[in-house]
Amino acid sequence: MNDHVNVSILCNGKKYERMVEPRLLLSDFLRHELDLTGTHVGCEHGVCGACTVLLDGLPVRSCLMFAVQANSHEVTTVEGLGTPENLHPIQEAFWEAHGLQCGFCTPGFLMTLVPFLKENPNPTREDIRTAISGNICRCTGYQHIIDAVQLAAEKMSNP
Amino acid sequence: MTKKYLGQPITRNEDPRLLTGQALFVDDVDMPDMLHAAFLRSDYAHARLKGIDISTALERPGVVAVYTAESMGADWEPGPPLVSPPPTVEDVVFNSRRQVPLVKDKIRHVGEPIAVVIAESRYIAEDAAEDILVDLEPLEAVIDLEAALEPDSILIHEDLESNLAAQLVQNKGDYQAAREQAELVIKKRFIIDRGAAAAMENRGIVADWDVKSQQLTVWDTTQAPIPIRNGLAARYGLSEHQVRVIAPFIGGGFGPKMMMFYPEELVIPWVAMKLGRPVKWIEDRRENFYATTQERVQYHDAEIALTREGRVLGISDQFLHDTGAYDPYGLTIPLNTQSHLLGVYDIPNFTSEIKVVFTNKVLSTPVRGAGRPQGVYVIERLLDMAAKELGMDKVEIRKLNFIPPDAFPYEQHYIDQAFAPLIFDSGNYKPAIEKAVELIGYEQFITEDQPRYRAAGRHVGIGIVAFPETTGVGPYEGARITIEPSGKVNVATGVGTQGQGHFTTFAQIVADQVGVDPRNVNLVTGDTAEFHWGTGTFASRGAVVAANAIHASAMAVRKKILEHASKHFGAPQEELEIEDGQVRVSDLPRMSISLGELAELANPLRGAVEPGTEPGLEATAYFGPKYGATAFGVHSMILEVDIETMTVDILRYVIVEDCGTVLNPLILEGQIHGGVSMGIGNAYYEKLVYDENGQLLNASLADYLIPTATEMPHIEIEHQETPSPLNPLGSKGVGEAGAIPVPALFAQALENALSDYDLEISETPLSPNQLYELLKGRS
Repeated sequence: MNDHVNVSILCNGKKYERMVEPRLLLSDFLRHELDLTGTHVGCEHGVCGACTVLLDGLPVRSCLMFAVQANSHEVTTVEGLGTPENLHPIQEAFWEAHGLQCGFCTPGFLMTLVPFLKENPNPTREDIRTAISGNICRCTGYQHIIDAVQLAAEKMSNP
Repeated sequence: MTKKYLGQPITRNEDPRLLTGQALFVDDVDMPDMLHAAFLRSDYAHARLKGIDISTALERPGVVAVYTAESMGADWEPGPPLVSPPPTVEDVVFNSRRQVPLVKDKIRHVGEPIAVVIAESRYIAEDAAEDILVDLEPLEAVIDLEAALEPDSILIHEDLESNLAAQLVQNKGDYQAAREQAELVIKKRFIIDRGAAAAMENRGIVADWDVKSQQLTVWDTTQAPIPIRNGLAARYGLSEHQVRVIAPFIGGGFGPKMMMFYPEELVIPWVAMKLGRPVKWIEDRRENFYATTQERVQYHDAEIALTREGRVLGISDQFLHDTGAYDPYGLTIPLNTQSHLLGVYDIPNFTSEIKVVFTNKVLSTPVRGAGRPQGVYVIERLLDMAAKELGMDKVEIRKLNFIPPDAFPYEQHYIDQAFAPLIFDSGNYKPAIEKAVELIGYEQFITEDQPRYRAAGRHVGIGIVAFPETTGVGPYEGARITIEPSGKVNVATGVGTQGQGHFTTFAQIVADQVGVDPRNVNLVTGDTAEFHWGTGTFASRGAVVAANAIHASAMAVRKKILEHASKHFGAPQEELEIEDGQVRVSDLPRMSISLGELAELANPLRGAVEPGTEPGLEATAYFGPKYGATAFGVHSMILEVDIETMTVDILRYVIVEDCGTVLNPLILEGQIHGGVSMGIGNAYYEKLVYDENGQLLNASLADYLIPTATEMPHIEIEHQETPSPLNPLGSKGVGEAGAIPVPALFAQALENALSDYDLEISETPLSPNQLYELLKGRS
């Protein structure tokens, strides 16, 4: 259709090109056009953080962006972190510390934490609380998530 | 009983898939030719529906169909009642009024669905929903519970005489006589307001009708897939085997996903059958505030009668319960409240009246806690007020009134939410509170720390409360365990899973019995094609009812393994051991066979088998408890109030928890942490604000405040184990425990922190603003 626009992105190292409506949200584009359903949508108004992905390495709420705004940018989703057989150290730490229950908010937490731990390799528990305060988890009360982030920091500084 | 894995903090089997984005949630289901639904919902809380014009919507390109109540024809029917009719106690009133698939003549709450648009994309469906013209005659909204029962109140259900949905009185002993003997009587009104469950995943349904196989498949974010399957089959004239309901990974439940037969659950499968194409509906967050059930509004007029020594002689409590626009869940919540109004205390005399009231608000059904937090709030507040009046310590008044350990099973002499006699199966409360006192340093805080804080101008207080949790109710659950020729162990059970770690705790139970690693146990939950008997995940019953059903089937498979192996080796069963996936003759390591090989021998392809033999290493078993188990615990915290901003900082949070046998301490602690975070929300942040027109004023996560990591304290947990005598594992539920006592705890700690102000708290949720209001004018 002629009201569609071209979106070309590099996502998890792979190039994708699609013709989409300009109003299509980046979250819907990732989930339903690229079938990368690991990015979850919890509120569609930028509060819960479940849909967080990396845009050129920085965390963004994919529900607050249009897919066209990501045109020519690089996106990383949870599928780009690790696989069940080869988990990223943050994923491994979440597993070991029981940092997830229903797992719905988890991809958003992971994508928030990747750049955070890069910039803060030795965070205190208070630093971690602040870093994840833009992500809502209804299951864990955050305690085991904070344990997981500390564990991840240890793993990443002593690989 | 062999216990190698049970009780261990084993990391979860389900996590690698969840961590990498590979776990299937309902919105991840994608099918060729799939259509998308959007609902037009009412902006008014109370109105007469005079007409609907869908013609413009139908003209929009990409719109396939628009349905209203009228177009559903004879298939339009209110949802089924979800619990049994009310108990046969004297003078019970119960007016059953159930939610409808689409509004036909009258709107009864904001968000009630009026029409559904089916289109090629969700975006188009939402556009077209805006095209629909609705002719409404607005009516006055019924919001306040007392006003709703006034004789001149407008009626929500006009065929009834009033807005009274139900009424029930329960008595134990003779409260009036106790009151006359009492040396102290305190009467108080308590007001409890609404909150949302707010699971991070909103609800969703995908339905597919396959014409050639005449098969309806429904993916549903439900906590109870089997009742949904049975209900859909009954409603649409299908055999139960023609309907498959799958509850895949669910992004949190907390009760409202249990409330089966939401309007959308009735409509989406119907549309899929009508159109012969798959249809998807995914709730958005705004809809979740208007269309997913909520809980907690109650007004209590309560009274406590005591001796001068602080012994409680009786409790009287008349309360109003807000059920919202309909009451499909019957009396479950208010009966749970009644069951917790006496807390963990031995109180001989009790009278309580429930009045359930219809209002023009979203339906009220159980949310994590399900009526229990309200009951605990009332009794714990009354005890605090009595202790203050009598000059007693708050711990002492509780210890004095605890049900003693030798009184179990303790009969309460009134009925519970299952309409069965309320019995506390087991308990040992004194050591739990003593442990909590020791861990938090109660004495030291009162005598040393608090005076020091006060001298420094800081408002720091301590709170300590105790609570029971009636859990693990029947009727039953079941499970089937199969050992495959590959040696893999498959387990199928009917309950759904919403993050409780069932894939792991259930695997631990099986692993112990059949001698394999829990990682080799594959669990299927929530798929009616795999297991179709059972009820669902609610009332903290997974770790009790489903776990014991799994335990029973694991024992049955173990028996088969030993029988087959005994025959194979010609050795008596007592000399066999099962370990690491092998059956061995003890002391003869070379006489060994793998479970896989044994499974193959048990399912021969040729030859004759003995009559009465069942093929394979497989067993199905069920478990139903005689009555529910009763978990309990003590929560204590030290909290600081910033007197300028009224924000609070929780300095310590200590829990002594007793939920019977611990299946997996890592998972158990996670459950408690999550419960407490919801409890803290209920106590100080989360309140659904309805105005006088029935408009929900804070229907977004930006306005409805869910605790984040910066509001949550570090929680210290100590376990005590008093096994339930009602099931072989000795387990009790814990899913709701964390949330139950927190509002009562907050109230006590705030009063203690602000003792200079002589504050008396009798409402929840509070908030910084509300606390400011309460303190205004007090010195």
